[in-house]
Amino acid sequence: MNNVLLIDFGSTYTKITAVDTEHETVLGTARGITTVETDIMDGLNQALDKLFQHTGKLEFAKVLGCSSAAGGLKMVAVGLVPELTAEAAKRAALGAGAKVLGVFGNELSEYEIEDIAALKPDIILLAGGTDGGNKEVILHNAKMLNTLGQDVPVVVAGNKSVTPAVVRILSETMTEVRHTENVMPKLNELNIGPARETIRDIFLKRIVEAKGLNRANKFVDKMVMPTPAAVLTAAELLSVGTHNEAGLGDLMVMDIGGATTDVYSIAKGDPTKSNVAVRGLPEPFAKRTVEGDLGMRYSAEALLKASGARMIADYAGTSETDVEDYVVKVSKEIEYLPQDSSEEELEIAMGKACTRVSADRHVGQLETVYTLYGNAFVQVGKDLTAVKTVVGTGGVIINNSKPEEILKGIVFDEVSPNVLKPQQPEFLIDQDYIMASMGLLGGEYPDLAVRLMKKYFVRREQ
Amino acid sequence: MDNKVKVVLGVIGADCHAVGNKILNHALTAVGFEVVNLGVLVPQEDFVNAAIETDAKAILVASLYGHGEIDCRGLRERCREAGIGDIILYVGGNLVVGKTDFDQVSKKFQDMGYDRVYEPGTLPEQVTDDLKTDLQKRGL
Repeated sequence: MNNVLLIDFGSTYTKITAVDTEHETVLGTARGITTVETDIMDGLNQALDKLFQHTGKLEFAKVLGCSSAAGGLKMVAVGLVPELTAEAAKRAALGAGAKVLGVFGNELSEYEIEDIAALKPDIILLAGGTDGGNKEVILHNAKMLNTLGQDVPVVVAGNKSVTPAVVRILSETMTEVRHTENVMPKLNELNIGPARETIRDIFLKRIVEAKGLNRANKFVDKMVMPTPAAVLTAAELLSVGTHNEAGLGDLMVMDIGGATTDVYSIAKGDPTKSNVAVRGLPEPFAKRTVEGDLGMRYSAEALLKASGARMIADYAGTSETDVEDYVVKVSKEIEYLPQDSSEEELEIAMGKACTRVSADRHVGQLETVYTLYGNAFVQVGKDLTAVKTVVGTGGVIINNSKPEEILKGIVFDEVSPNVLKPQQPEFLIDQDYIMASMGLLGGEYPDLAVRLMKKYFVRREQ
Repeated sequence: MDNKVKVVLGVIGADCHAVGNKILNHALTAVGFEVVNLGVLVPQEDFVNAAIETDAKAILVASLYGHGEIDCRGLRERCREAGIGDIILYVGGNLVVGKTDFDQVSKKFQDMGYDRVYEPGTLPEQVTDDLKTDLQKRGL
């Protein structure tokens, strides 16, 4: 018996993938409604029944799960300078697969504590100061967090010189206070790995239980990580490959949803041109950004604001009024599906706008500096112009008849050459929606996970 | 390493002169400072952010391309705004174009809030000695 079952407890659907590790095939996929409110097993059993209708009854040697149910992993990040440790803390949280509800810098005020209390985070990440750097602000913020009135797990990843004092202060009111390495040990040196691991660890030990996901424990051997972290792991595997299985090199992943758009890039992003100076915080090799104002339903109106009706209208070849009307319609009726070809065009155009705006924000920018000795360039963020592969995943992209049209928004635009997007990428579609599962599988069978992604992702011409 | 006094160093504005920056970095490190070197093409904001986050005691600004006056103006105010108004500020290089009397230049930059102003040809030792003196005066 060499079957492995991989489960993604999503916010709406519980998606399962059965893999035969010996014959290296995906036996089948199925989904049920996520039933975290009552008993999470109901939705899972529903999905299993559907799966077995195709495959016949299966036994599993191993069952692994990831989750974004019950709101996912909600986090607040606190740092000192907004562009430095606060940004580093945010990136650590995003890299751990969290939904970042708020980022706070400098000394927290009573009002901000009220804001944090209202956000009800599952975990707070507290950073601030480089090692040996500023001490006062993180100490102040620890004291302020004590007045939160909620017992929230806190990860302390700031100036190491005061970490013991910070932990002592927080332990007065918080049960779970964990310390780890500074997210920014030296100025402009990013060290988000340890914080990310600590966050995932707390997620597994506490959050899974708090959200009622542990009811699946009898069936699931291991709840491994939040779903976005599984996708990030899969993306990294597919890019880098393993010792035995070559990867595809630098790549990006686009996942559009009803409420948010997630963008992943696996690439160093060093300058591809000469005479370029890099400025700002170093970029993580595996980077995830989430845009809370870009989505197809809950965030449709915010998308309209971010992109402008004109962009969507141009993509769809229709009028701005049509776009506005359609957006009003779908934001009222979340379950709405396009009814005719012109509405399908509008859906594609909205998706393409999500792709374009989220990619514009994810990639680095090149700024021209005019010096006495001619032009010099300053790059902030990743240069992703040389990225060869873009993977589309998530329901919106894979269920669309023209996913390549949606993904075209990620391509470098000569009109804005300072935005460093991929110039000639190939598009791969995660047609069977197995990417998160492959991230889970990759923990134990990395070679197989890479091979299965190469086998099951479908290439689409631009 | 943590007990070393930290100083922020960089070349301000649209200026890419990197050689002096490397020499100063070396000289400051050699006498026991921990240098947070921001390199070239550094905006004012980055000097301030770096000083806050690392708890640096001094910011050393260089400008070699003649636009020093425009680039350096307002840095003290920005520091005050950010809560580090007392930080030691030094500036040096070819601060203005042409042959202007250095005393005038020095006065101008001191009025902008710089504690010490250095003319071309200053040796690194003078800067490190001054820095030690100034830190001592402040009991740092």
